[in-house]
Amino acid sequence: MNSINDCRKLEELIVAGFGGQGVLSLGMTLAYAGMVENKEISWMPSYGPEMRGGTANCIVILSDNKISSPILSLFDSAIVLNQPSMDKFAPRVKPGGLLLYESGNIFKPSTRTDIDIIGIPATTEALKMKNAKTMNMIMLGAYLQLKPVVQNDSILEALAKVLPEKYHHLLPINRQALELGEALAKEMKTQLV
Amino acid sequence: MSEFKLMKGNEAMAEAAIQAGCDAYFGYPITPQSEVLEYLAREMPKHNRIVMQAESEVASINMVYGAAGAGFRTMTSSSSPGISLMQEGISYIAGAELPCLIVNVNRAGPGLGTIQPGQGDYFQSTKGGGHGDYKMIVLAPASVQEMADFVFLGFDLADKYRNPVLMLSDGAIGQMMEKVQFKPYTRPEIDKSSWATTGKPKTRNRNYITSLHILPEKMEVHNLKLEEKFKKIRENEVRFEEINTADADYLFVAYGLSARICQKAMDIARQKGIRIGLLRPITLYPYPYQRLRELTAQVKMMLSVELNSGQMVEDVRLGVEGKVPVEFYGRMGGMMPTPEEIVHHLETLIQYHHAN
Repeated sequence: MNSINDCRKLEELIVAGFGGQGVLSLGMTLAYAGMVENKEISWMPSYGPEMRGGTANCIVILSDNKISSPILSLFDSAIVLNQPSMDKFAPRVKPGGLLLYESGNIFKPSTRTDIDIIGIPATTEALKMKNAKTMNMIMLGAYLQLKPVVQNDSILEALAKVLPEKYHHLLPINRQALELGEALAKEMKTQLV
Repeated sequence: MSEFKLMKGNEAMAEAAIQAGCDAYFGYPITPQSEVLEYLAREMPKHNRIVMQAESEVASINMVYGAAGAGFRTMTSSSSPGISLMQEGISYIAGAELPCLIVNVNRAGPGLGTIQPGQGDYFQSTKGGGHGDYKMIVLAPASVQEMADFVFLGFDLADKYRNPVLMLSDGAIGQMMEKVQFKPYTRPEIDKSSWATTGKPKTRNRNYITSLHILPEKMEVHNLKLEEKFKKIRENEVRFEEINTADADYLFVAYGLSARICQKAMDIARQKGIRIGLLRPITLYPYPYQRLRELTAQVKMMLSVELNSGQMVEDVRLGVEGKVPVEFYGRMGGMMPTPEEIVHHLETLIQYHHAN
């Protein structure tokens, strides 16, 4: 797989789930953070009926070099937030890659043995924080713990750009969610080893 | 140099229109380019410019006709079905020799088709979608940066030749976000007093804008004048990008989104030892026939990759004049080929041509 060092040079990621789960904004936050670090970035959303419910996904590429195709069929990592996305994208993770999933929404994770598969109970944790919408940031925090493609500071800077100003009072809770995700992933990682 | 921004292609195009000094935008919403009208409706009034949601695409293009005739820098944008509706107006604008910018964020057709990306409007864009002998300069962006850059270039070329310029993009380039940087730009001062209908001073005759020349003798003179202009455009405005052609045995020919996917396919093929390059036409009219002809001395086969049933491949064949085999691979209906799929097709073709 692309090791932790490699992922800083090039990371090809897909984020997928239901519309409304924060799939696109998760990807956008990551893309912004890449820009903060002067990386080349591309954020390619699925668009159309997805905006009105149904499944949504976005491909995010972060690279030290110029990005060729914004559309890919194989990924270094996948963050999946519902069962249809798990079924669709688990086979498209490159061998050695990372498949991160939201375990409250997905009951049948992939059985592949050639990739790292990690479930995060992000919905439950978000509800404990009394804000279900922070689920995506918990997932992002977990992902960054496992694949530190950008620095923490860059993500915080990005968050302030992605969230419209009228929602800036929600910055602290989003920051908490990111930290919680990181802690959860750290725990999962030690269990894996 | 200004800082980088993260923007959708459609938003970058809209922001570029403002920075290029577009006086008036007329449009009607359609996926996948509705962000343009949305962005301009919000931002144009701050700059005291005109932005108007017309009652239809037919109305928008005719408002562009009017604004251009009055000497204003003007544009419209739409997606495939909307651009079809505009064809009559585009023909009139070309006939009346007025400068304007038209942007087509191509979706898959025919008919209402689907809102996903396509390149099925290549023939319509380059071979005359409206009636009569006219041509538009057609610019094909392959990145969000180019969605912005080609607005400036498009307006300047439109003014230079007093001719409509079309930017042919697609749903993916319009919807995706990339870094974009706006270069400082000063709108050139252009003297339009000899033709624009800005009010008649006593010192000159009335300016008269029309595409109607009812006497055949006069119409033909007008046709010949237009042809002279299109010849000048063919001689001076061909633009293309070459990647890895220096040592190439094979060549991808692709524009816009397809060219981006081909770049990845090229990387994969080269890792497998296939020396393939890419020629990306940036102007689809005028077309880089000459360069393709030169490359036949070097490459054994060309593969045109498009999001349609095979349109640009006809221009590749015209350029190549049968000197090397020209093949085609495409997907339709808003489906997009993966880089791996293109490489697989390339390998099959190489085997086939090697055996024959």
